[in-house]
Amino acid sequence: MSEQVENLIRKDYSAGFHTTIESDTLRPGLDEDVIRFISAKKEEPEWMLEWRLKAYRAWLEMEEPTWAHVSYPLVNFQALSYYSAPKSMANKPKSLDEVDPELLATYAKLGIPLHEQEALAGVAVDAVFDSVSVVTTYRVKLEEAGVIFCPISEAVKRFPDLVKKYLGSVVPQKDNFYAALNSAVFSDGSFVYIPKGVRCPMELSTYFRINEMNTGQFERTLIVADEGSYVSYLEGCTAPMRDENQLHAAVVELVALDDAQIKYSTVQNWYPGDKEGKGGIYNFVTKRGICHRNARISWTQVETGSAITWKYPSCILKGDNSVGEFYSVALTNNLQQADTGTKMIHIGKNTRSTIVAKGISAGRSQSAYRGLVRINAGAQGARNYTQCDSLLIGDRCGAHTFPYIESKNASAVIEHEATTSKVSDDQLFLCQQRGLDAEKAVSMIVNGFCREVFKELPMEFAVEAGKLLEVSLEGSVG
Amino acid sequence: MLEIRNLSARVEGNDILRNLSLTIKPGEVHAIMGPNGAGKSTLGNVLSGRPGYEVTGGEVQFNGKDLLAMEIEERAREGVFLAFQYPVEIPGVSNMEFLKASVDARRRHQGLPELSSFDFMKLARETSKRVDLDQAFLKRGVNEGFSGGEKKRNEIMQMMLLEPALCILDETDSGLDIDALQVVAAGVNAMRDGQRSFIVVTHYQRLLDYIVPDYVHVLAAGNIVRTGGKELALELEARGYSWLEAEGA
Repeated sequence: MSEQVENLIRKDYSAGFHTTIESDTLRPGLDEDVIRFISAKKEEPEWMLEWRLKAYRAWLEMEEPTWAHVSYPLVNFQALSYYSAPKSMANKPKSLDEVDPELLATYAKLGIPLHEQEALAGVAVDAVFDSVSVVTTYRVKLEEAGVIFCPISEAVKRFPDLVKKYLGSVVPQKDNFYAALNSAVFSDGSFVYIPKGVRCPMELSTYFRINEMNTGQFERTLIVADEGSYVSYLEGCTAPMRDENQLHAAVVELVALDDAQIKYSTVQNWYPGDKEGKGGIYNFVTKRGICHRNARISWTQVETGSAITWKYPSCILKGDNSVGEFYSVALTNNLQQADTGTKMIHIGKNTRSTIVAKGISAGRSQSAYRGLVRINAGAQGARNYTQCDSLLIGDRCGAHTFPYIESKNASAVIEHEATTSKVSDDQLFLCQQRGLDAEKAVSMIVNGFCREVFKELPMEFAVEAGKLLEVSLEGSVG
Repeated sequence: MLEIRNLSARVEGNDILRNLSLTIKPGEVHAIMGPNGAGKSTLGNVLSGRPGYEVTGGEVQFNGKDLLAMEIEERAREGVFLAFQYPVEIPGVSNMEFLKASVDARRRHQGLPELSSFDFMKLARETSKRVDLDQAFLKRGVNEGFSGGEKKRNEIMQMMLLEPALCILDETDSGLDIDALQVVAAGVNAMRDGQRSFIVVTHYQRLLDYIVPDYVHVLAAGNIVRTGGKELALELEARGYSWLEAEGA
């Protein structure tokens, strides 16, 4: 059976094309001049450059972490280029009509039409291509509601007070090796600010595309939800198929002030490498949010791509009664490796967190859940519920669970459940005996396994995620 | 409708069926009885194409087609239904979704249009009532957390919805209390329409009080050693199997 199932899950990566477009790509290598170059390219104020340089100097003192359950050759940071932008973006197109049609065609091919009249109704998109934001849709409509949604490079200039106040407030420059690197060289990303009491009138989303060769993508996302506001945000990611590994080291910071709510969903489909494990994206990402009083942050992620995933979207539950949630589906196939999970840091009283992590391993892949639940001494009445389920397809993959629980408050209630199961011969046979073909059967079983997470995704994307999983499991019946 | 000729099959290197022949005409109910390890369940598994069961000889014609040449799902769509002895759970996949996909697959194969969700739900609700299964079960995961009896009734519900041509019941009576047994039997009897055929594999005569067979076959060491009418089951109940095995040898 394992052979049959393996045939079923052979991947076809439909986003693997490369766009031929003239780019300004910086020479490989990293030093202070490169950082000055990026900062100058973005026409940044002096304080921003200083902020970057501080991060860079810290990074030089740091070492690449090796504790994750993944193995890969160390990245040569001097062989990467830290800035690449389509030439046509140099004159800063004012409207969609001025944007290079090649770029628009790239996004259309990925199913992300950027013309507002064609776009998914009710979703505003910021499209980031290599190191620059190409276009942000629906900005006028959002501004009417007082919502700021723009490239972070623009926010640095237009809203310096907000950026100064919150950038690095959740993930400090020296937080970890990759966060420090990102702080030094981040090129673009999205900035969101939702004013007090405003419910963002539409879903916001950023679509990240790596195109250029030997280029790292270092985007930075900052979302600030002011008191009593609400926003739902989605990010999607793809890259061309290449034999070389490419680095993606992003930082996402969420700030949910009193009574605010942020729902952050990710559908990550970076190129995972080929069947022999050649190529693919190294996805080393730091995502963290802070919840003030009565605030709520929900992370939902569907991870099917990348050669190596290293990411732990986390919540700092600082305010009393705040809530953190993490819902995750991580699918690894072929030789993919994922070490992913979350951290829930309970500081305030009566803080609550829920973790539902689903790992699906197929082929010869390795998938690990790594999670920390920490209850500080002052977190009277804190509660956590963790559920970790692993599903194995075939008999050459691995699933691992590394839960860490630290409680310094005796009133805390922490629950942890974990299961490991296989797509069994018997399940497959039952489905086939009822007339379903094996391919449909496996995707049905896997979708069933992920149901609890999919129901947390915004409606438009739940369907997408189901389809993506199906594609990831697609292949010919052997 | 089913013609088994000199069928031999092996599981994990052990010969289980040896030269078994059996002919089933439309509308007939055949009971297969016999001691443990005689190959009763193997017959149903081989006919439905379960992986791990290797056919080493013989042939099977199903409505004039070579059954053994077909894929598992093809046999199902042609109308072979196996009611499992131990139905497995598929967590998170709702019974309704699973049933609709199955029924759609069968209907497509028959050249019929798929049922609309509305029509299917109506049909599924009516059918669940017939097997005394609460409608809530339609929304739950396939067999997820069902009791033994509920799983078996769920199997019969699937059988009713799929309207197969040949129903193979693999020890469906095992682990059932008398009430559930009657529900299952009533379901089967309601499906007897003079065209649909049944193979009822059972250990106990008890089930045959409710599902009255046309023929009873005794399977021993992989072959049919005795065939009779429904009274043979009573004789077996009284005398056991050893006298037949002795006779066969």
